[in-house]
This record gives sequence, C-alpha cells and structure tokens, in this order.
Amino acid sequence: MRNRPGFVVYGLLGAFVLGSALPLYWSFVIGSHTKGDANDFPPPLLPGGHFLENARRVLDTVDFWQAMLNSLLVSTACGVAVVFFSTLAGYAFAKLSFRGSNALMGFVVMTMAVPTQLAIVPLFILMRDYRLLDTLAAVALPTLVTAFGVFFMRQYLVDAVPTELIEAARMDGCTMLRTFWTVAVPAARPAMAILFLFTFMQVWTDYMWPLVALQKTETLQIALDRLALTGQGQTTDYALVLAGAGMATLPLLLLFVLAGRQLVTGIMQGAVKG
Amino acid sequence: MTNPTAPAGDVATATSPADRPPEQDSAGEGSPRNRRLVRRQRRSRWDVKLSPYLYVSPFFVLFAIVGLYPLLYTGYLSLFDWNRAYYVRGDFVGLDNYSFVLTDPVFRKSLVNTFSIFLMSSVPQVVLAVAVAALLDTRLRGRTFWRMSVLLPFVVAPTAAVLIFGSLFADRYGMINQLLGEIGLEPIRWHVDRWWSHFAIAGMVNWRWTGYNALIFLAAMQAVPRDLYEAASLDGAGRIRQFFAVTLPMIRPTMIFVIITSTIGGLQIFTEPRLFDDTPNREGGPDHQYMTSTLYIYVKGIEDQFYGRASAAAWILFLIIVGIALLNFGVTRFLTRRSVS
Repeated sequence: MRNRPGFVVYGLLGAFVLGSALPLYWSFVIGSHTKGDANDFPPPLLPGGHFLENARRVLDTVDFWQAMLNSLLVSTACGVAVVFFSTLAGYAFAKLSFRGSNALMGFVVMTMAVPTQLAIVPLFILMRDYRLLDTLAAVALPTLVTAFGVFFMRQYLVDAVPTELIEAARMDGCTMLRTFWTVAVPAARPAMAILFLFTFMQVWTDYMWPLVALQKTETLQIALDRLALTGQGQTTDYALVLAGAGMATLPLLLLFVLAGRQLVTGIMQGAVKG
Repeated sequence: MTNPTAPAGDVATATSPADRPPEQDSAGEGSPRNRRLVRRQRRSRWDVKLSPYLYVSPFFVLFAIVGLYPLLYTGYLSLFDWNRAYYVRGDFVGLDNYSFVLTDPVFRKSLVNTFSIFLMSSVPQVVLAVAVAALLDTRLRGRTFWRMSVLLPFVVAPTAAVLIFGSLFADRYGMINQLLGEIGLEPIRWHVDRWWSHFAIAGMVNWRWTGYNALIFLAAMQAVPRDLYEAASLDGAGRIRQFFAVTLPMIRPTMIFVIITSTIGGLQIFTEPRLFDDTPNREGGPDHQYMTSTLYIYVKGIEDQFYGRASAAAWILFLIIVGIALLNFGVTRFLTRRSVS
C-alpha cells in the first residue's frame, strides 16, 4: 500500500479547489453589491448586503420564475424519457438475445460520435414546419433519447442483472415486460438515478438549442442571456448580471449538495466501463 | 397474488389460487383449458421474439427523427439555393455552397479560432486533470469531500460561467486587468486581441471541465493493479518515477477516450464565444476574432437564414470531426497494439 499523502498533496489539492471555487465566490461578491460598488477600485472582496435588492432587479428585468419553471419542466421531461427509453433498450441489449443486436448496438455507439448540434438548421426547419417553434416541446424533443443513455444502461445492466435471475423469472411464467419490471428495473435503479441526474443537468445547462427553438418563451439560460444583453455596452451592470447568474446556478448547486456523491460515482463508473 | 383477474396471457397468473384448475379436471386434447394453454404458449413465443425489438425501437425511431434525418437533410439543404424571404427551395447548385464556405474568409477564420480555442483548452486541461487525478489517487482523508470539490464548477451552466468570467476578464474594470495594473503591467484587451480572447474563452472551458476529467482519470488510475506500484517501489522507483513509468502507460486508453470526447465537444464550442461577445451583433467579436465554426453555422443558418451555406459548413465541420475521431482511433489502435507486443 502507498503511504498516506503529505501536506504537499493536500496543499496542491487545496489550491486547485480554491481556484475552482474562487470564480463562484467572486460572482457572489459582485452580485451582492450595488451597481456602483461593483465597479469600484479596488474591487470589493467580501460579500455585501445587496443581494436581495439585485435579485429583485433581476425579477423586474426578466421573467425569472417562468424561465425557471420552463427549465424544470423540460429537464424533468427529458430526464424521465431518457431514463425510461434507455433502461428498456439497455436491458434488451445487455440481456436479451435477438437477431441483429450486435449490429444495432454498434450503430448506437457510432451515433454517440454524431454531434446533433451541427443539425440545428434542419431541426429548426423541422420544428417550424410542425409549428412547434417557441414551445417547450421543441426544446425537449431532441433529447428524449440519447445514445449515451442506452450505452450507459447497457454497460451497467450487463453486470447488475444475473442472467439466471431472468431465466428463473421466465420459468415462473413471467412475461417479458413483467421480467423487465420485476428483475431489471430494481437492479438498474442506481444507474437510473445517475442517468437522470446527468440528463437533467445537460438539458438544464443547454443554451444553444433553446436559443434556436425559442423566441418569446424562455429557459433559464435564455433568460440569463437576455439579462446580459440588457446590461450590454460601456458599463455592464455586473451586479445585476452576476446576481442573475447566481440565482440560476443555485438550484443546481442544491442538487449538487444533495446528489454530488452519486454524480461523482456516475462519472467514475461511466469512465471505467466505457 | 392479490388480483385474481389479471389479464389473460400473463402466464404468471396461472399460479394464482383463483385460477388454479380443480384437481379432477383431467384435460383432454381439445379441452378449452388446453387450447388456452396453447394460445398462451404461442403468445409467449411472440413475446420473446418481439419484445427486444419493441424495447430498442423508441431509441431508433426518435433518433431517426431528431438525429439521422436532420443530418441527412443538412446534406440535402447544402446542395440547393434557398430563397430566404419565402423559405422555398431554389435551384440545385451542386457543391456551390461548399465552395462558397470554403473560400469564405470568415469561415476560415472561424476554423482557425475553433482549433486555437480547442488546443488552448484541451491540452492544459488533460495535463492538469491527470495531475489532479494523481493527487486524488492517494489515501486522502475526506475522499468524498475532495472529489466533490473538484467537480463543483461542473454544475455551473456555461452561460453563467461566461458571465462570471466575462466580469473577471472585462477590458476596463475587470478583476484581472486591475490586478495586472497593480503589479505595473499593461491591461490586456481580452475582448479585442484575438489570441487573448481565445485564452480567456479556453480558461472558462478549462475551469468547468478539468475536475470532471480528473474524476475520469481517477477511475482509470484506481483500476491499475496496486502490486505494480509495489514492484516498482521495490525496484527503487520514487513517486514521480512510478507515475511516469506505471500510471501513465496504464491509463492510456482512458487518455485517448478523454481526448476523443473532448475533441468532439471542443470543436463544437458555441456558448462561450457567443456570450463572451459584448458587441450587439454577437458574431464572435467585432472582427470575428473569436467566432467559432458552430457560431458561424448558427449565424448563417438561423440568423441570416442562408440554409444552404450553413448546411455546407455543418457538413464540413462534421467531416472534420469524424476525420479527427478516426485519426484518434487509429492512433489508439496503434499505441495499444504496440504496448501489447
């Protein structure tokens, strides 16, 4: 076994973590000062007492709550859809034998390398033709399934579900769907939680596709974008902008505090098995 | 079994007491019970054959609609002239859009910018992530705390990250320029100077992703058999030597994996250059000095509605990405084969 690390390791790690946290701290410092103080020199280094005031200005400038609700709806819908479809498909690829399964799985892996972002123009036309532009459905539609999700669930279920258990369930006369429900889903639960987290975050933080698909409706990222635009010019109102950024980040920070451990496990798991 | 009226065809209900046949029922060939059994078996066989396809079909159907079809349609769009006012298809122009894009100085500039930002972000990111992973791959106290801490920036949306860094890198009153002024240096014009703007944008990307990649590397490092380190230290190798002689070679596949995924992601960078721009056009700076190729596609296709040109640019970028991914793959094969023999 290797020895316990010395203070050099803790020092270096501490410096890295400090560097990671500093920009967030800085944004909170500026976000809690008045517009005038934010541009002061030397800059304020401690949080001020004006965060609520700035938050109110954010709420006056953009429809923050509606945007938050929209983001919540879209992210949740995509998370649930991806988890559901990926678990089904991942289970089939991991545990059921059927003609063409290898070729189909190969196709799934290949599609992971296809950047759908490059197809924004036809997707935009598609949504326009079906009169979906400016709806939340248009935002959610491209992320109802992901190749990564199918791949991730397959990798997990290969080991997580013993084939004997499936056979036993079949012997007892379970239908395929019932076997899936009573054997695979309980075993898949940890991976499902992780996949939900990832999809939720991915949709929540996406900026490009909502920018294309939406006009008047806003997700949080689009609202932030608009907030930044209002303060654009010679003297950007950083107190306002960073207060908004902080408010938009807060829900994910909360999620991170609650589920950060799972997030860490998920990243490390996905990498080892991938 | 609490539900005696479970659907027929669900064979599991055969075990329920309510459904159990009376003992004296000696079923003959054509008895109703036997026919029901045959029907069940047939249904069950179809169930086994068909279910896998049913389970995987949602992915393929949806992917066909929102992934494959748009990609092919992009190719189709790129071969025609498009009337921007009425959204109608114009003449077939062959590869004209491609030659327009390839000779468009703005597109070329965007390609150079994309690669510049990509290199400035991916190279330091991988190096730093490996170093952080090596630090985490020790017997730390409070492991979970450290792992979560390095992941913290990952939960900040790129949009918010750009706004935060935009204030740090502001040309006039930015924190960094003020610090530079303190130590007697000239302020840097982050939004004007081409390479400095790339540096600032790459900084945001690195900030968000280094910890994430460190965790991936950490996972790979933990899979390295510990006796290799023991053997190395018996041979007299110190910590640093062990890292270069054991750890690095052992995590090479993960290294390539991270490089490939960060290539695919890095060549599509959009949010950062779009929002970093504080001019009204937001086309990657007043002189497009940090316009990336994806931003070019967005501006041409969605804002200016040159569908053909944007689609041609999208296909060119797609081919470049595929080419680089294949190159990476080839290099991986080459390296792993060499290390095996």
